[in-house]
Amino acid sequence: MSEIIPIGPYHPLQEEPEFFRLHVEGEIVKKLEIEIGYNHRGIEKLAESKSWDQVVFLVERICGICSTSHPAASICAMEDLGGIEAPERAQYIRTVICELERVHSHMLWLGLAGHFIGYNTVWMWVWKYREIVCDLLDKITGNRQSYAMFKCGGVRRDILDEDMLWIRQSLNKLKPALDLFKGAVMDDPVIHARTKGVGVLTRQQAIDYCVVGPTARPSGVAIDVRKDNPYFAYDWIDWDIVVLEEGDVFSKTAVRILEMYESIKIIEQCLDKMKPGVIDLHVKELPAGEGVGRAEAPRGEVFHYCMSDGSNFPMRYKVRAPSYTNIFSNEAACVGQTVADAALVLAAVDPCYCCTERSITVRNDRGEENILTGGDLIRLSHERTKQIRKELGV
Amino acid sequence: MTWAEIAKRIKKERGDQILKWFEHNPKRIYADIDPENLLDFARYLFKDLNARFIIASALDTPRGGVEIIYHFDFLQLPQVFSIRVFVRKPELEVESISPVIKGAEWIEREIAELLGITFRNHPNPIHLILPNDWPEGNYPLRRDQ
Amino acid sequence: MGIKLKALTRSPWVYHLSTGSCNNCDIEILDCLTPRYDLERFGIVLVGSPRHADALLVTGNMTAKNIPRVKKVYEQMPKPGVVIAVGTCALGHGVFNGSYVMPHTVDEILPVDIYIPGCPMKPEAFIAGVAKLLAVLRQKA
Repeated sequence: MSEIIPIGPYHPLQEEPEFFRLHVEGEIVKKLEIEIGYNHRGIEKLAESKSWDQVVFLVERICGICSTSHPAASICAMEDLGGIEAPERAQYIRTVICELERVHSHMLWLGLAGHFIGYNTVWMWVWKYREIVCDLLDKITGNRQSYAMFKCGGVRRDILDEDMLWIRQSLNKLKPALDLFKGAVMDDPVIHARTKGVGVLTRQQAIDYCVVGPTARPSGVAIDVRKDNPYFAYDWIDWDIVVLEEGDVFSKTAVRILEMYESIKIIEQCLDKMKPGVIDLHVKELPAGEGVGRAEAPRGEVFHYCMSDGSNFPMRYKVRAPSYTNIFSNEAACVGQTVADAALVLAAVDPCYCCTERSITVRNDRGEENILTGGDLIRLSHERTKQIRKELGV
Repeated sequence: MTWAEIAKRIKKERGDQILKWFEHNPKRIYADIDPENLLDFARYLFKDLNARFIIASALDTPRGGVEIIYHFDFLQLPQVFSIRVFVRKPELEVESISPVIKGAEWIEREIAELLGITFRNHPNPIHLILPNDWPEGNYPLRRDQ
Repeated sequence: MGIKLKALTRSPWVYHLSTGSCNNCDIEILDCLTPRYDLERFGIVLVGSPRHADALLVTGNMTAKNIPRVKKVYEQMPKPGVVIAVGTCALGHGVFNGSYVMPHTVDEILPVDIYIPGCPMKPEAFIAGVAKLLAVLRQKA
């Protein structure tokens, strides 16, 4: 006899309302069904009614956290369609923005993951230091989110020389903060006990579900568009791809923390190598044909496909966001976990499923219904951390 | 394996199924195939050549059918290899590749509801993103409505 | 009503409801709770259930699939309660105007008390908006 726990669709810390149906037997999750679509806005259809310039603004609003990754993939697709090569300085500026976004997104996730397992201190600390990144983006692009920097054939704003010193100082402030998180998360016995061996996605499952980004790399699948198909300035810079083997929640966390170090390395090299020059080619028209653009968002590969009949509007526009495959892989990763861990596993792919507001336990045998709030789910998770703490004597 | 070797292997082992081979540029390769060979071709790419399925995209063409493009890439290679099938109206039926490639399940459900294509042998053919009470026969991405 | 409304203005607990947004407004709202902006010093707390809430923070486009659930959440909220529409999408549909899955805007479904514009709004704008709302409510009470 299995019970069904519906979770969702509203989560305040989450990018999209999603609906999970957990089939449980006792404490153990037997099966997971996922229902999406609460956030479906018909962007692919809308894109057909926007001009090429407007499409970039539209795709920027697919996801607020990945708000440069989608424009990045979009302009890659347009430049592939038109055979355009953006100027060198523009490529460096694009890389800086992309990597700053990666740092801010990974910090955001780390904070929420900390909140999940009952470490609100981690949440507050990480988000405090995340403000440094937001300030950097504010200074360079003029907005904390939705930067509107990218356009086909260049960027809209330059990084000014007088800002350079301040940018470097901010980056230097970020490094000790990263060391702090690394110590706080990776050396903590309670976090080890909570996350090691939990929600394992094996290498074969990762391949079968076609997962990407920081969900695939902890499982030993070395895919990263920045290395496989270098776009922007990634080819001219020395950096490493982080791959781990275990595939559990701990290695997913570790991959993200280690990636932040790589991102800061990339940003500093970009600032060093940048030479004065033009930043925009002022592209007027795009020819007929097809274009494919790929970019590595903080969550994985973003794929954009566009088709043009030579007019000012795309004929077909297709977007594949990384969470599309990553969320689906939860069907495999959740099975065999306890309900208290399920929340963490669902969060680990970084759709950051958090704080579900209400979930209803439907009992199959008697048809009774009692209501659990999302707070209860978090409470379950917190209690488990407390219990482990007690056992470990921390 | 480099892309040149993979391309040679595909042409040698499945060359008879390919109707047209088209290289947009060195990184974007398209192959037209017949819908009947789709499942076999997808299995060949995914299992034998270890390709990674990225996504499928569908387009309602004025030529009396829907064109579905399945995009694949190979680990550590920059090439995107896309196979293109043309599904004729009014049947609009094609074999599902989800039994072979688990990751294609969601996108086939999405194409089914947005363009009204029937995927034969799909393991879970229900609505994905549109509401469950969405009117039958109303397909947002179709051009003939 | 007067005393209830007065109590509400002391320490409004808010429930955050995303109805098909891009997450930008949502993370900016969360940002308000973290050390730099620290909304809790005004007594504003984010709660996990609409049953505990005095105010509903609505972000996003109100997609068709969300409408019945949004109504349910609003019914669960104790009255009097206020509804705050946050971000350009919640005000009208913004860049998504004309989409086939968005028949209504937020204020056609819920009685909105205050609109905070911006795509996304800055945390400062959000705090200013809520402070203005509280001032109006205090006068009414």
